[in-house]
Amino acid sequence: MTKSLHISVLTSLVLLFFVVSDYHDGNLARIMVLAIYAVGYNLLFGYTGLLSLGHALFFAAGMYGLALPIQHLGVSPIEAFAMGLASAATVSLVIGFLALRTTGAAFMIVTLMFAQAGFLALLYFGQWTRGDEGFVIQQADRIIAGIDFSQSTERYFAAFVLFAVAYLLIAWLISTPFGKCLIAIRENEERAQMLGYDVHRHKLLAMLVSGTLSGASGAAYAFLFGYAGATFASVQYSILPLLWVLLGGAGTTIGPLIGTAFAFYLIDISSHFTTAHLLVVGLAIVLLTLFAPQGLAGEIRNRLISWLP
Amino acid sequence: MNLLSTRKLSMNFGGVQALLDVDFDLPQGQIRALIGPNGAGKSTFVGAVCGRFRPSAGRVYFEDQDISQLPAHRRIGLGMAYSFQITSIFGSLTVYENVALAVRRAVQAQAEEIVERVHMALDRVGLLDRVEQKAGDLSYGHQRLLEIAMGLGQEPRLFIMDEPTQGLAASEITAFIELLRGLAGESTILLIEHNMHVVMECADTLTVLNFGQILAEGVPSEIRADSRVQHAYFGSSIDA
Repeated sequence: MTKSLHISVLTSLVLLFFVVSDYHDGNLARIMVLAIYAVGYNLLFGYTGLLSLGHALFFAAGMYGLALPIQHLGVSPIEAFAMGLASAATVSLVIGFLALRTTGAAFMIVTLMFAQAGFLALLYFGQWTRGDEGFVIQQADRIIAGIDFSQSTERYFAAFVLFAVAYLLIAWLISTPFGKCLIAIRENEERAQMLGYDVHRHKLLAMLVSGTLSGASGAAYAFLFGYAGATFASVQYSILPLLWVLLGGAGTTIGPLIGTAFAFYLIDISSHFTTAHLLVVGLAIVLLTLFAPQGLAGEIRNRLISWLP
Repeated sequence: MNLLSTRKLSMNFGGVQALLDVDFDLPQGQIRALIGPNGAGKSTFVGAVCGRFRPSAGRVYFEDQDISQLPAHRRIGLGMAYSFQITSIFGSLTVYENVALAVRRAVQAQAEEIVERVHMALDRVGLLDRVEQKAGDLSYGHQRLLEIAMGLGQEPRLFIMDEPTQGLAASEITAFIELLRGLAGESTILLIEHNMHVVMECADTLTVLNFGQILAEGVPSEIRADSRVQHAYFGSSIDA
């Protein structure tokens, strides 16, 4: 049953491309890339129960890990993507190693501080990073094997493939004994430890996978939309995945995609009517917290489909 | 052979001496009850044995191996199981998954075999008809039994139980005594227990702790007759 759910989610994403207008195709590509970020965040927050406020650091590590080598070293996109992943993996391991010495509120603060340090470092090294202003990745640098990923169709399907990989990876991971242990840690850390699980190692690995996926999202974003800027390392981008996951349903496989799409269109639609679109977002969060505290997918699981993974 | 030993195990909680130079030996295959008045240091002692607390001084040996420096999860990995005094389960997971988490960590086995072992453990505590129920929805007594089932699923060589019968109904206690007797010979058991009926029915030997020190040790009839124990623990009579 879960298999057919995954297949139908991914099939609908393919079909949507042909159904909706070009404008929405662009939006959906962006949503899918950002949903990878949410999927990664969800592994740590939704499944392992660790609330990080510093994931923008991993997103940016992937983004700049790809963009800087392309910009300054003329590296090919595929190699640069691998560098983005490696950079995010390294950063998440190091930050995980340090931050996981703390728990609860201290963990939030420590991750937030590391991310701020990363953000300030990007500004400090503005000579290469171009700071807030950022830099554009030229169209010529966004071609792999003759396929131009600045074109909307190519971009849409690249975003789709990357999202599908991330989505299926997490769906698979949480069905393995490793994933079950992460859930056990979320539910009752001390109990998990007293069953003989190395809680610290599991958390660190969760951080590694979560951070690397976030970095993959950052790298994909830079590559597919041709821009890298320090805004993506700011605290706002640490809060966003938390928001998406909360809206969509923490600890559900489908939640991150739903939450990202919901938040994206909430801002998109409300900004047609008012400049105070953040007010609408805030109101939506309040309403969801009151009436659907488990997020959209979480509520669906509670009320309708109890097997929802 | 002693499965578990401690030497000069001491624990100091900010000036309070919870344990003082405890030398303890538990031979393989025994059911040992650890008794003593409230605050005697029983939970602290088993906590230090299985690694939940780091003792201030002293050594812990498991199968003659010094495990004093090992973190809790490594000790559990050597073949210990610990059931909590205050029920500690995975409330939003199913009864099945609670036990499966215990089984998967303890034995490397095929999926079918894990299912079988989970069912066996749940059958022994009488929860087999509730496998798909959410653990948090179980009654308190059933949660206690689930906790025991998790321990059984680990197939431990040393099973430490911290007040397993607390909050159980009389009929459930009778069933629990049966269960413990069934485990005799299979596993070594260290049992903290306040219910004297359970202790006298099940334990091969008793260790009495008082003010963090071992006051007496012996078979139930000896302890029953020991006037120091009666005085420290029961006030006057052991048949309380």
